[in-house]
Amino acid sequence: MSDDASQAAEEEVIATIRSQIEDNPILLYMKGSPAAPQCGFSAQTVQCLIACGERFAYVDILSNPEIRSTLPGYANWPTFPQLYVNGELIGGCDIVTEMFESGELEPLIKGASASG
Amino acid sequence: MSRSTEEIINEKLGERFEPQHLAVDNESGSHNVPPGSETHFRVVLVSDRFDGQRLLARHQAVNEVLAEELAGGVHALALHTYTPGEWRDRFGDAPMSPPCLGGKARESSG
Repeated sequence: MSDDASQAAEEEVIATIRSQIEDNPILLYMKGSPAAPQCGFSAQTVQCLIACGERFAYVDILSNPEIRSTLPGYANWPTFPQLYVNGELIGGCDIVTEMFESGELEPLIKGASASG
Repeated sequence: MSRSTEEIINEKLGERFEPQHLAVDNESGSHNVPPGSETHFRVVLVSDRFDGQRLLARHQAVNEVLAEELAGGVHALALHTYTPGEWRDRFGDAPMSPPCLGGKARESSG
């Protein structure tokens, strides 16, 4: 692929990521699906979200390799999972788990769900 | 002899954060990678540099210092960042990493 073509392709992926983040008030980029996570960190993050009792959207990055390769640079966050609430990056597994344990996560998730 | 990634992580975080406590564990052995790999790490870092900083900002600061390693072979970095006060309140205890679910193998076969 020429530089122009690969740049256009990357811009298209970024546009997709942007609309996913904008359209879904609670969005998790993860490995696998909530029913069948493919990584312990993704699984633990899903457990925290499910415990908050609200529906959430997810993107399986293992079946979307172009998102997997583009999102870390776009978000300035090198690893997965990545949780977005109301368009904002909250963090990965460690941050989500710590917020869940401290009681911060549930009101954040409930608030996003009510506004979405 | 070239230095291990574990040593480099220790050194970079030690220089940048002047930590009160720093533990770098190579957890690659519990994941689906060849023996001797340096792909999965768990870091516990206690520093007064984190005072008044949210978790996201703390993790971003660490990710920035280790950008080269994360762009290279380091595939997972579990981060537990505390101020000295928070660390005291936790009695010096940080969470363990979740078990591997074998993603890499399924990924390469899928």
